[in-house]
Amino acid sequence: MTDLLAIGTRKGLFLARSEDGRRTWTLDGPHLLAQEVAAVCVDTRGAAPRVLAGIQYGHWGPTVMWSDDLGSSWQETDYGAIRFPEDAGAALHRVWQLRPDSADRPGVVWAGCEPHSLWRSTDGGCSFSLVRGHWDHPHRPTWEPGGGGGAVHTILPDPASDRVTIAMSAGGVYVSDDGGAHWEPRNRGITAPFLPEPPEYGQCVHKVAVDAAGPDAMVAQNHFGVFRTEDAGRSWSSIAGGLPADFGFPIASSPSTPGTAWVVPLVADMQRVPPAGRLRVHRTRDAGATWTESTAGLPDASWTAVVRDAFCVDEQDPTGVYLGTRDGCVYASADEGDSFTLVADHLPDVLVVRAVHLP
Amino acid sequence: MSVEVVLPGVLADLAGGAKHLAVDPDGDTLADLFDALAREHPLLARRIRDETGRVRRFVNVFVDGDDVRHLGGLSTPVRDGAQVQVLPSIAGG
Repeated sequence: MTDLLAIGTRKGLFLARSEDGRRTWTLDGPHLLAQEVAAVCVDTRGAAPRVLAGIQYGHWGPTVMWSDDLGSSWQETDYGAIRFPEDAGAALHRVWQLRPDSADRPGVVWAGCEPHSLWRSTDGGCSFSLVRGHWDHPHRPTWEPGGGGGAVHTILPDPASDRVTIAMSAGGVYVSDDGGAHWEPRNRGITAPFLPEPPEYGQCVHKVAVDAAGPDAMVAQNHFGVFRTEDAGRSWSSIAGGLPADFGFPIASSPSTPGTAWVVPLVADMQRVPPAGRLRVHRTRDAGATWTESTAGLPDASWTAVVRDAFCVDEQDPTGVYLGTRDGCVYASADEGDSFTLVADHLPDVLVVRAVHLP
Repeated sequence: MSVEVVLPGVLADLAGGAKHLAVDPDGDTLADLFDALAREHPLLARRIRDETGRVRRFVNVFVDGDDVRHLGGLSTPVRDGAQVQVLPSIAGG
């Protein structure tokens, strides 16, 4: 039994493995050396786990590559897995998110990209089709880029229905109830202090996670603010009251325990460092009413940050929590964030981590 | 018509290891040359141009020693016997 942690960095992909119940880890890599790996996922639905990586060659453009042998060899589609159709008049700039759908939809993989676009694959990520209902949405010309670019960075397909929830910087949260054909913004209650009036859309939502209570309950880390919805995004309420700061990028929720979620606060948008220079994960077990700081194993005198996808949970019991920092450290918790151990350090900037349990 | 395409080592792998390719384009522009290259070596061509056909930002292309950004870009004429060199620009990390 292996726990696998895929670590995408500014200069390649690393794979960490644990054979002892997530207590110790061995690091393998770099794979895809000198390529930015901003998106990675490990699809465990097939006979062999498939690692999908959204990469950016410094000179030669972005693409999606995959490995069916845990990094020993990599493949890509000749004409590009993600390729805008001619009439779109756009070129792929960066792959921000790769997300396998549910086990009941084998082969379906979603991708979120820059410029703001959503893609769907039915062949395990070898090739993707542009989701036209999203691309042709009348709001799209007015979606602005966040500081890191304009992209679909969060994709949450509901395994029990045709609902798909996405988040964009800086477009906000949109939901489709018909598999992507039609979309509506759902941002009421999410603040946008960089705009004069609360908008229908255009919020800079950094990350959204579905709560274990069900598809209607979600949590969001916004550019300013941490929010929760109980009605599939139709209204959001602040749950940031117990946090030392309401700014940050990632948020993750427990796959099994309703009301449990984790964030990594930073001081503010113009001061993107941990409060008091202490890198901490904060956990709620009561849907955001209260938060507890996780200290054990995390560093003091740390002036780094955790970007939106450099944070994840696994599906084990107890839930594992993982984070990677911009100064190349990766931490893992096998006890839901009570304590962390160092998986790796001195890596390039960590952009994404994803953890899976391999049978 | 035959045009010599000269590749950096990192791209030669996508053309079976050849650093020099003889390409026979249908027309007489750089775009025609790259279209012909894409038919034979799609993965290689994709490294040079994006899906809109633009030469990627950090890729430099020289026709007979001249940077096409200072010529006609993709409309730059390419004569029989010309040499087209593809080079990565000063960037990386």
